[in-house]
Amino acid sequence: MKLTGAQIVVETLIEQGVTDVFGYPGGQVLNLYDAIYDAGDRIRHMLTAHEQGAAHAADGYSRATGKVGVVIATSGPGATNLVTGIATAMLDSVPMVAITGNVPQDLIGRDSFQEIDITGITLPITKHNYFIHDVNKLADKIREAFKIAKSGRPGPVLIDIPKDIQTAIGEYEPQKPVEPFENHMPDMEKVRAAAALIDSRSRPFIHIGGGVIGSRSWDLVTELADKIDAVIGCSLMGLSAVPTDHPRFLGMQGMHGHYASSMASNDADLIIAIGTRFSDRATGNKAKFAKNARIIHIDIDFAEISKNITANVGVCGDIPTALREIIDTVHEANHMEWIDHVEDLREREMSFIVDDPKLLTPLKVMETVNKYKTAYTPVATDVGQHQMWAAQYIRFQKPRKMISSGGLGTMGFGLGAAIGAAVGTGEHTVLITGDGSFGMNLNELATAVTYHVPVTVVLINNGVLGMVRQWQTLFFNHHYADTNLDVRKTDFVKLAEAFGAVGVRAETPGEFEAAFERAIHSDDVTVIDCRIDKDEFVLPMLPPGGAIDDIITVKKEG
Amino acid sequence: MAENTGNKFVIAVYVENKFGVLTRVTSMFTRRGFNIDSLTVGVTESPEYSRITITMSGDGYARAQMLNQLRKLFNVKKVELLEDVDAIERELVLVKIRNNPDNHQRVLSALDIFKAKIINYSVEALCIEVTGTPDKIDALIEMIKPLGIIELCRTGVVALRKGGGSILEQPDIN
Repeated sequence: MKLTGAQIVVETLIEQGVTDVFGYPGGQVLNLYDAIYDAGDRIRHMLTAHEQGAAHAADGYSRATGKVGVVIATSGPGATNLVTGIATAMLDSVPMVAITGNVPQDLIGRDSFQEIDITGITLPITKHNYFIHDVNKLADKIREAFKIAKSGRPGPVLIDIPKDIQTAIGEYEPQKPVEPFENHMPDMEKVRAAAALIDSRSRPFIHIGGGVIGSRSWDLVTELADKIDAVIGCSLMGLSAVPTDHPRFLGMQGMHGHYASSMASNDADLIIAIGTRFSDRATGNKAKFAKNARIIHIDIDFAEISKNITANVGVCGDIPTALREIIDTVHEANHMEWIDHVEDLREREMSFIVDDPKLLTPLKVMETVNKYKTAYTPVATDVGQHQMWAAQYIRFQKPRKMISSGGLGTMGFGLGAAIGAAVGTGEHTVLITGDGSFGMNLNELATAVTYHVPVTVVLINNGVLGMVRQWQTLFFNHHYADTNLDVRKTDFVKLAEAFGAVGVRAETPGEFEAAFERAIHSDDVTVIDCRIDKDEFVLPMLPPGGAIDDIITVKKEG
Repeated sequence: MAENTGNKFVIAVYVENKFGVLTRVTSMFTRRGFNIDSLTVGVTESPEYSRITITMSGDGYARAQMLNQLRKLFNVKKVELLEDVDAIERELVLVKIRNNPDNHQRVLSALDIFKAKIINYSVEALCIEVTGTPDKIDALIEMIKPLGIIELCRTGVVALRKGGGSILEQPDIN
């Protein structure tokens, strides 16, 4: 049938199974928004306060559901406002399709009003991108974008559509949603080599990343761990893949990881890394990382094998297939000494935790969230100390429940992402944020209020940029350069109320518990302003450039 | 990866002949911190594809990273590593030399040794053309430098594998 380019975009999104999109209209997407208006009963568009918030919402939607998130913005500043959101998705391998308008092709290259080369700008932060020259290729390019976004190692794809393509008439025939490219199969020789290496070692440690969630191989990970008597640690991106209370799970490892998890990875004689890139935040000093261990690296992306840490055996390909084969090939093992050693590490870890029962501390905030959230509650975070406390103490039962910017470390990610996660799952979502991060994109409270998106914002308010302050305390002679936020005098309770949300202040554990219990059982958008001491540290900590045995476990001032 | 020490190697890349593909390839070099020695691009036996030839020096790590990151780009169809021993490499240089009667004999003997051609002759200058391996071009330039080079322009290396094979026999990407 004959449709306008704008209608083709909307029909192709619907055909690809898209039900919700986030975005912001403007001059060069007016036609597209007109088509969205006409299709309002088949696709829901949610207007955010800022394009960055829309990009993070599409990202959070995708992380929480596994579906491709979609964001729309106009040309020029609309498009550039997506950049941080696209880069965030790229660094964490999140499937996303970003659609931007651009000026008509006869105005391209003339520095026209709101003209920007967004395909050029996003080259290094997209998996691929398109500038559409021909309305008759529009639908296929959008399909290709979805295919690329969700194939192999997922990532964001951008499609830039000039206005004249949106108004041109083209041919459109509906098609079925695209399937991802078939994953390449792992080399069986490598699988056998991995299995033989596993059989020859006695202190196995499985290190998992976001690829375990993306490939839905969480059950295979625990099955492998059970068979070979291994313990499991993870990167920030791997959180929620394995239930926190799984007896073999030691938690996140690395710069602010759990003591037992970091130490066990250091003491292991075999690291089986699955769906992870060995980020510097997970390994500490690479030269000293797991120096007693052989490394097996399993990943869908061949470019990750031996990129950051040299693998003794690299198994590249479909993770579930590789794990199934390895599980079926290895011999069952018992490593009592190793497990006992890990138990000792866990006991030591418990001894480091100090918490004043009368004070509202990050630990108590997280424990209270754990008490009232369900297994299905998505927990989004921003970036900083609160993020690390959430990563350490929030207990997950189901995958895809930790929504956090790992690779790019984007402050301001959380609120948009929480809205996306809540929209995608239909679950009341908890955002754990800090006063610094929240200040960056709190305008999205307007979005949550507008669409009645149930989000409870747990604002860990210490009046400082806590993570930077912690470094200044430890390594910069207490020079608190531009990290004091108290001087801002922002009243977050009044701020929440001004947006039409509920604002509550919590200064004691009891006040927080009462406020959180009420908020999470309501459909309200609530901001709980939790007053926390500004000198709370995130511990343990690997000092910069340090190895895992340089771990700092108790607070000391530099 | 800032310092490219180690062996020199040549990579042939078969890419879709489309708008912006060269930018995608070179943008990746910047993003990953690769420092290349030369890059040429041109048409191939098939109008759908262009062939990019990259020369670069580096250790095994840099080489593996370069090959992997090239293979990840969507418009890249084939990637072939051409190590010195298996490759036929050629480069063309144009050099404009001051036309000085005192130099004349030395210029002509240099041209003779390197089988160079004079392609433009004027009162002030003569322009020569030489084709050869990069080493040969380097040697020629060294030799004529004292004679007064006004300007020169090298094409960068193009290369093919020796023998009957083709890049099309490389495994398909995507």
